[in-house]
Amino acid sequence: MFRARHLLGIEPLAPAEITTLLDLAETYVDLNRRTVKRSDALAGMTQINLFFENSTRTQSSFELAGKRLGADVMNMAVAQSSVKKGETLIDTALTLNAMHPDLLVVRHNQSGAVKLLAEKVNCAVLNAGDGRHEHPTQALLDALTIRRAKGRLHRLTVAICGDIAHSRVARSNLILLGKMENRLRLIGPATLMPAGVGDLGCEVYEDMREGLKGADVVMMLRLQKERMDGGFIPSEREYYHRWGLDAEKLALAAPDAIVMHPGPMNRGVEIDGTIADDINHSVIRDQVEMGVAVRMAAMDLLARNLRAERGAQFVAEV
Amino acid sequence: MIQHFHNARLIDPEALTYEPGSLTIRDGRIEAVGGDAPEGAELIDAGGKCLAPGIVDWGVKIGEPGERHKESFRSAGRAAAAGGVTTIVARPDTLPPIDDPEALEFAARRAADAPVNIRHMAALTKSREGREMVEMGFLQDAGAVAFSDGVRTVTDTRLLSRCMTYARGLGALIVGHPQDVGLSRGAVATSGKFASLYGLPAVSPMAEVMGLDRDLALAAMTGCRWHADQVTVAASLPALRRARDAGLDVSAGISIHHLTLNEFDVGDYRTFFRFTPPLRSEDDRMAMVQAVADGVIDVIASFHTPQDEESKRLPFAEAAPGAVGLQTLLPAAMRLYHQGGLTLPQIWRAMSLNPARRLGLDAGRLAAGAPADLVLFDPDAPFVLDRFTLLSKSKNTPFDGARMQGRVLGTWVAGTRVFGETA
Repeated sequence: MFRARHLLGIEPLAPAEITTLLDLAETYVDLNRRTVKRSDALAGMTQINLFFENSTRTQSSFELAGKRLGADVMNMAVAQSSVKKGETLIDTALTLNAMHPDLLVVRHNQSGAVKLLAEKVNCAVLNAGDGRHEHPTQALLDALTIRRAKGRLHRLTVAICGDIAHSRVARSNLILLGKMENRLRLIGPATLMPAGVGDLGCEVYEDMREGLKGADVVMMLRLQKERMDGGFIPSEREYYHRWGLDAEKLALAAPDAIVMHPGPMNRGVEIDGTIADDINHSVIRDQVEMGVAVRMAAMDLLARNLRAERGAQFVAEV
Repeated sequence: MIQHFHNARLIDPEALTYEPGSLTIRDGRIEAVGGDAPEGAELIDAGGKCLAPGIVDWGVKIGEPGERHKESFRSAGRAAAAGGVTTIVARPDTLPPIDDPEALEFAARRAADAPVNIRHMAALTKSREGREMVEMGFLQDAGAVAFSDGVRTVTDTRLLSRCMTYARGLGALIVGHPQDVGLSRGAVATSGKFASLYGLPAVSPMAEVMGLDRDLALAAMTGCRWHADQVTVAASLPALRRARDAGLDVSAGISIHHLTLNEFDVGDYRTFFRFTPPLRSEDDRMAMVQAVADGVIDVIASFHTPQDEESKRLPFAEAAPGAVGLQTLLPAAMRLYHQGGLTLPQIWRAMSLNPARRLGLDAGRLAAGAPADLVLFDPDAPFVLDRFTLLSKSKNTPFDGARMQGRVLGTWVAGTRVFGETA
């Protein structure tokens, strides 16, 4: 079961749709481990990666996912092109739409921008991150990583630590893990905690040691350098002392706790280097692997819905 | 010329009454309330509908000079007439702003195009930059009814204190926008669950309280007549009550949008719901309706802000704020009436009597001798709003597609019908 036309966020997805997507992603994990990593699920289809914000990891993950499914993939570096000439977001969307893409992968620095663009095109749109709003494929790849490491995706205690306020990864994870009935804890300095999160069904901790107690999953977020200039925290070293993940703090979590990070990491700022590399806890490399599989599954499902929709149109026309 | 309305329900915002009755107007003024038709009078059957003083809409943005493609005096005037607004109090935040007597004269000349009364506010500081006081005396002589930098709060407290002291000498009214600018910089939503979930840059309602506290302290210090354009959160009300109890000459307004919509209406980043200040929580909205009923908030206005399609077809935080409201003010206010929050006389006190009184205008009363600026409307008539039917040049209304009640049947300015069948 997966009915969505676009993947704009986790919010519109039903738990059964999330499960469907993760199940399909499992098959792509297997495919990706073979020598010949080829499927023709998207054969003949055109995928455009439209990144208004710089990204290396997410963009290459989407590119690889599309290519392994047989799509024709094009990367548009929008930051250097028409936008600088004053073209509006909607005009960019309409221009691209005229080229008949089937899948549009979009990242934008404004919350809601991907949704606005999706209203103007007639292909499937995947949100690769919009402002501080959502980053659904990241939450899905995190969910797959957790499910594989823990054997389940419910009734886990998940601690999300760091810059919650500015993080779309945190929002999407919060929604997804909430939908799947997990216990959520948010940990971070009060300056990086969004207002009203206590009402969203999670526990909020300022003290990391308290928040980590008994956690099954520890999800670290990246601290962006510009937050320091904004006066959100006094210094990197104080941040590391109070909210950086080190062995001593991790010892408070469940013995078999897994450590996650959406990358790129700042070793020594939010996470100790040895923990990031500790194969007994860290699943950070698995997350990257799951990322490709989850994006393949998402595009495959959206392409199926797109074909079904166009098939119905075709029948109606005949 | 004599006209006699009969079979009407008269809304008297002074006496706070709403009763069946009749009304006679002669030569553009109300001659008598009640009584029979004088000989030779033109008879107007109100059909049992409501007859009230015309709305005095305080804070209307008109795109002249500078943005005539968004709104002209003519288009705004026609929209006002269709919305039961008989006096527009125009904002000075034009391009360039109304900050010298020559600019005001230009605007006043252009305003002759409109079928309703137009009064003008002038900027408080030159170019609305918050650095130098405008020629307040000359502007007052040229007809400015109040001084305001619009939503640009003057941050230089010393300059503002001098403006207010100088204004006291002239008896001029200063309109402030209470907001702590440092705290609210870049914010497009009210902080809370909604803004957090949708990832919108948000500001605490306390930014308004801080701004209000500062301005009220300055009003106490200078003795200036002062009005807050929009007070929108419950946390601001105690300070406002205290200031009044202390005898300060202060008043406050609110936009109809903050009384009828809340932050959740933004939904999936609908830019027609972007306002300055941003929409508030439902708790705040309800508290503000009560504050209008209690008389703590004096004025309801549309804060009519025309924006073209391009400035709204953008990601939420990049879109221009504001909505048109001249034509939707009355039906939106009827929501408050039908929900039981306010009575019709209370609504007219806030939309007509109080703004006229505060600005020293001869309007807003339903009494012998008052100008015959009147609106006849059916408070119950239902309709679904189609934004493209609005007479304003810009169509940016948050009520597009909304089910509304309240239809204007006729509008009279100084006894002349400017909207309705025989216009």
